[in-house]
Amino acid sequence: MTAVDQRPVPAPAEPPRRRPNPLLALLRNSWRQLTSMRTALVLLFLLAVAAIPGSVLPQRGVNPEDVRDFFTAYPELAPWLDRIGAFEAFSSVWFSAIYLLLFTSLIGCITPRLVDHVRALRSRPPAVPKRLSRLPQHTVVPAPDGGVAAIAETLRRRRWRVVVRGDEVSAEKGYLKETGNLIFHSSMVLLLIGVALGSWYGWSGNRLLVAGADHVFCNTRQQYAEAKLGPRVGDDLPRFCMQLDEFDARFLPTGQPSYYQAKVTVDENGGAPRAAEFSVNSPLRLDGANVYLLGHGYAPVIRYTDRYGRSQTSAVPFLGTGDMGLTSEGLAAFPDANVDPATGERNRELQVAFDGLYLPTAPQQGPFTRSEHPTEQNPLLGLVAYQGNLGLDAGIPGSVYQLDQRQVRNGRLTEIGSRELRVGESWTLDDGSKVEFLGSEPYIVLSVRYDPGTNLLLISSVGLVLGLMGSLFVRRRRVFVRLLPTGSADPANGSPTGGSSLVEVGGLPRTEHPGFADEFAQLVAALRDDRPAGKTDDAPAAREGAE
Amino acid sequence: MSALSDQLMTITTLVYLLAMIGHAVEYALGNSRARAVAAPARELVGAAVGAGSTPATRRDAPDLTAARPTVAATSTERTARRAELAGRVAVGLTALGAAAHLAGLVTRGLAADRMPWGNMYEFVLTVSFIGVAAWLVVLVKVPSLRRLGLFLTLVMVLLVATAELVLYTPIVPLVPALNSYWFIVHVSTIVFASGLFLLGVVPAAAYLMRAGYEQGKRSFPYTLAKRLPAAAGLERLTFVLHAFSFPIFTFAVIAGAIWAEAAWGRPWGWDPKETWAFISWVIYAGYLHARATPSVKRNVVAWLAILGFLTVLMNLFGVNIFFEGLHSYGGI
Repeated sequence: MTAVDQRPVPAPAEPPRRRPNPLLALLRNSWRQLTSMRTALVLLFLLAVAAIPGSVLPQRGVNPEDVRDFFTAYPELAPWLDRIGAFEAFSSVWFSAIYLLLFTSLIGCITPRLVDHVRALRSRPPAVPKRLSRLPQHTVVPAPDGGVAAIAETLRRRRWRVVVRGDEVSAEKGYLKETGNLIFHSSMVLLLIGVALGSWYGWSGNRLLVAGADHVFCNTRQQYAEAKLGPRVGDDLPRFCMQLDEFDARFLPTGQPSYYQAKVTVDENGGAPRAAEFSVNSPLRLDGANVYLLGHGYAPVIRYTDRYGRSQTSAVPFLGTGDMGLTSEGLAAFPDANVDPATGERNRELQVAFDGLYLPTAPQQGPFTRSEHPTEQNPLLGLVAYQGNLGLDAGIPGSVYQLDQRQVRNGRLTEIGSRELRVGESWTLDDGSKVEFLGSEPYIVLSVRYDPGTNLLLISSVGLVLGLMGSLFVRRRRVFVRLLPTGSADPANGSPTGGSSLVEVGGLPRTEHPGFADEFAQLVAALRDDRPAGKTDDAPAAREGAE
Repeated sequence: MSALSDQLMTITTLVYLLAMIGHAVEYALGNSRARAVAAPARELVGAAVGAGSTPATRRDAPDLTAARPTVAATSTERTARRAELAGRVAVGLTALGAAAHLAGLVTRGLAADRMPWGNMYEFVLTVSFIGVAAWLVVLVKVPSLRRLGLFLTLVMVLLVATAELVLYTPIVPLVPALNSYWFIVHVSTIVFASGLFLLGVVPAAAYLMRAGYEQGKRSFPYTLAKRLPAAAGLERLTFVLHAFSFPIFTFAVIAGAIWAEAAWGRPWGWDPKETWAFISWVIYAGYLHARATPSVKRNVVAWLAILGFLTVLMNLFGVNIFFEGLHSYGGI
């Protein structure tokens, strides 16, 4: 298992010495240690153990909100854990170190084996040993009529690799085991390369897309609420624009979803717009990007007419609170409201925002806190109005879906009333401004992704499975046949087979192979029965498959 | 149809329980026989009295004296026959239970008009059925393993009863996320591989006990292995089961990755279920490598198989109960 020939490049130039360089010796020994099976096993075990924290602790890559919650829940522990990368466990230094060492060990192990195997594939089966009786399987039977040639032919027909040397035949079978083994392990390396490609050249972004022509989305970096670009991705993302025309969601009476379908209009690279559809398990595959449907919700359309009579309409996506009935929360902010048309002056103290709770199917009677079904059977919008400085200009990043509670706490933003509205209803506030609930638009949550490594992942996966099957189910074994000189072995020579000679057959399984005795017996029987058109006995092959 | 399925599953649990009792009876009777056979002549009486402690032979006990070894011998023989009978009945019951189990799954699938793998309840029932079916296949090939049935039926009773009592979910259609042909490809292979892994732990544990017994250990867990087949055979069976299911498991995980690419936009995202599948895969890969390495002791190898089994269990139950992830559907 060790790679003795493989030697890392020795460290910098020192005058050559006679005695073995201790540094070189150390390196060589370390390499041997690293490529030994024992080390590989320990590394495998470590890899399994190191994966556990990633499932126990919340991960940024999986669910960033959970990480934030964890920080709130354990303010002492969380920063410390963060420092050792526990919230990005699978890209942390310790996890990477383990798998990189493992892969180094793997490469160090398979490279020499690859060389050996190529040599073995090109070489011929070895010469027949002197004493066949010492092999695990051994027998002496009457020779077939055709002699050595017939024996070789029978073996070849059974797909043995055969070489005839005089009166002796050597045959070997099951090279596929090592081939499979090497394919499996090379596929692992290929898989890692595919993952690396994906993380270097891949990119992804998530965003909401509200239905309607007013909300067309074009693929640029700035259009995503959150985006992740690999280090080798340029600024130019593939160009396409998309508009959500219709979103069809169906639910059971219990509220469990049963069907989703998004209908969109897409134009790629400035081409003609075309209609397309996609749903949860069938993404929209575009040139250089795939669009996935991850979620959906409602965007209530709210019209606010300020005290100067100027109105603004916005469809604000409300985020689900996680219940079956799709009760959602959101914030409709109007920072540009109440600009005095006479002076054009913007008064920050007169900014308006509505903190909202949307119930697609409100109960018949209050309290109106929870929707009963995800479809819009009795839509109700609960609004809490705030007036004052929304704190949007302070430059502190905040969520667009939530009110900045700091402004409420320090008194710059005050609650000025609350009201429940049904579709078409309006509510006039104390200052004469008016808010109307016009209806709602559906929105979908999109993930747009490009991963150039997936094809390589697929190819290496096929290699993994095929290689594994060869490696586990094929067995390498040898048989040797020697034509005994007439009269030498057995005095009872006048046998019914035309009476000339006997053959001595020996079998050697090169790997663990409990069924070898049976296979050997069948093979010997076939050798005696030398008619070339004779039955081809498939039993050994079937046995291989079964084990 | 749904009610029929529920009734069939209850019957299944009871039949497995009866099969377990059958194996236990065989075990108890078999042990006393073993003691009698192994004992030298002068101890025959003691041995027979030992055998007499079971109700079947109690009435023979007063007649026994040191002068009548023949009576003891016949009684031992009769006990042996009864042990054999109990064992055969237990296997028959296991087969009957498996038939009811299969029927329960089929009716459930018909009632739901889809493959019965939509939630945890159905999933555990399918995995345990695969375990039992594979066990019966193994038993046909190697009948001498029958005594392992005690462990197997114990595991099955626990799994099926847990599913019935804790995980039961009424029938609902699939959520859109599961509505894909990859559902069938991914889940069927995962179920198949998990079932085989679950079965594989039985010979692994038996091997550890038997190997200890063969080395002369006579303390508690090792004594259970007295009547088990030879350790080498158990070890070999453990390997065959794992070598068979590992490629299937690998394929299942890959199928899951292909599906995840279509459904969630990435082949692999370290969701808890994915992470634990990765852990299981790595442990089982370690098992296969360790077994191919002569310098690693076979005991260590068997422990790796058991460790792998624990990670499969963790993935089956623990991940859905303790963590929140993308693989949570239909209740738990």
